[in-house]
Amino acid sequence: MSARTVRIAAGQGFWGDWPEAPVRQVRGGPIDYLMMDYLAEVTMSIMQKQKSRDPRAGYARDFVPLMERILPDLVERGIKVTSNAGGVNPRGCAEAVLEAARRCGLQGKVKVGLVSGDDILDRLDELIERGHPLNDMETGRPLSDIRDRVLSANAYLGMAPIVQALEGGADVVVTGRVTDTGLTLGPIFHEFGWSPDDWDRVAAGTVAGHIIECGAQASGGNLLRGWRAVKGMANPGFPIVEAAADGSFVITKHPGTGGVVSVPSVTEQLVYEMGDPRSYITPDGIADFTSIRLRQAGRDRVRVSGIRGGPRTPLLKVSIAYFYGYKAVGTLVYAWPEAYDKARAADKVLRQRLADLGLRFEQILTEFVGVDATHGRLSGRPHPDIPEVQLRIGVRAREREPVERFTREIAPLVLTGPPSVTGFAGGRPAVEEVVAYWPALIDRREIEPGVRVEILEA
Amino acid sequence: MTRLQLRYLAHARSGDKGNTANVGLIALEPKYYPLLVREVTRARVARHFKGMVSAVERFELPNLNALNFLLHDALDGGGTISLKTDAQGKVYSTALLRMEIPVPAALARRLRPARAR
Repeated sequence: MSARTVRIAAGQGFWGDWPEAPVRQVRGGPIDYLMMDYLAEVTMSIMQKQKSRDPRAGYARDFVPLMERILPDLVERGIKVTSNAGGVNPRGCAEAVLEAARRCGLQGKVKVGLVSGDDILDRLDELIERGHPLNDMETGRPLSDIRDRVLSANAYLGMAPIVQALEGGADVVVTGRVTDTGLTLGPIFHEFGWSPDDWDRVAAGTVAGHIIECGAQASGGNLLRGWRAVKGMANPGFPIVEAAADGSFVITKHPGTGGVVSVPSVTEQLVYEMGDPRSYITPDGIADFTSIRLRQAGRDRVRVSGIRGGPRTPLLKVSIAYFYGYKAVGTLVYAWPEAYDKARAADKVLRQRLADLGLRFEQILTEFVGVDATHGRLSGRPHPDIPEVQLRIGVRAREREPVERFTREIAPLVLTGPPSVTGFAGGRPAVEEVVAYWPALIDRREIEPGVRVEILEA
Repeated sequence: MTRLQLRYLAHARSGDKGNTANVGLIALEPKYYPLLVREVTRARVARHFKGMVSAVERFELPNLNALNFLLHDALDGGGTISLKTDAQGKVYSTALLRMEIPVPAALARRLRPARAR
């Protein structure tokens, strides 16, 4: 067995994660790949909205200045990047990266692999017509119910186009809706030349991808067990996969960084967003999380082995975002004494005013921060001398008008309601558009022939 | 036997999938895992979260000394629709750790911090 390993470093757990992380992953020690996951469930719709205003937009814009900052290091060290920063405009993103490379004086030294074909927004009517109802996986409703409100629709692609781009010599792979796990699987399968139907290895790479896809959440961030003992979180080490040719791997982080890589830290990440552990489904295969073996193999090193998997399904998941309505959340803070009673009285007054105005909402939700906002009734009754309570009241409606009117009813409570109230400096709450998520399934044969991989040169 | 909060026996992390929250409950020591399997039943968790969730599913991961719970309709619509502070179920984890289960008195004495005894 070869002792060769491939090191894949997580640089971003979500769009908006710590900007320094990818830079430190690249400069803090040896890695082969930098994996950057940008896409959450409704991110695509935000990007679609940006693209409708500016056809050059529609991707994770901050990816480009980041690339400009680290491209010289990447080229010097031979590190490659896999990222779904392309959002709904991977071509625009890829071209912006090429321009950044030119600005760095790296003409002829950077190849960008562009993956497209996940976007099926323009094909929805055709697909529905041809008998793909794209039912909501949670509710079973057919997409035709909300067809006219759809903002974006993208199939989740797996590792195949990433492997193809790397085989084509890409240094930076830019994709649209590729699964977060695919961004890790791609480099591993490319490097070891494994067959995509080696289901145990697919499962192993999937688990590796799942462990690092949320960044530092696997290496001490948000770690509940022994959280006080987690040191150095001003400079958290983001996780790194060291994949071996036998399908096992080690999770670690760069030396000299904070945080911790331990069996508990990895276990907490493994169970994050888990469904049926025997059947973790991705476009590339099915991983059985009950087969995972973890062992501490040195300081900040956890060996992961034993993973079994099963064949991929004939279906791909489709992420659809649609316009739902409007919401707003207003807050006020009530001080001791009798803070909770004052906040409750204010809530009553506000609700009466909303009713008197004849405003109709789909939902009005009141939470008392400091009392019940996180654990609901499980929190029990608050201490009678509670020093302060934040009243947090949210409304949602299909129409904008009642939500807009609601936002003008918060500040007046300061002079027209219960006493000892403060914390309204933010002024009127903002009216937010609600874009909702509609997960569906589709036959992969409808999608895969349309997936394109292009290699572009700076 | 006496009652002990799960926080002294387990740690946890939670997340979301649509309107469902999941809580992974992990034994602090492998030897506590059988106790969790026996006492933290689907029905007890459903009772614990009564009024907050519509249905509960439980899965076992003996390899990780962990149980995974799916809490359906826990997020008031979930994702972007939900008005809740915890729209993504991030702290359902510690809400489960509030639950008490029956344990041998000697074990409870050993695990409970002195001030809570």
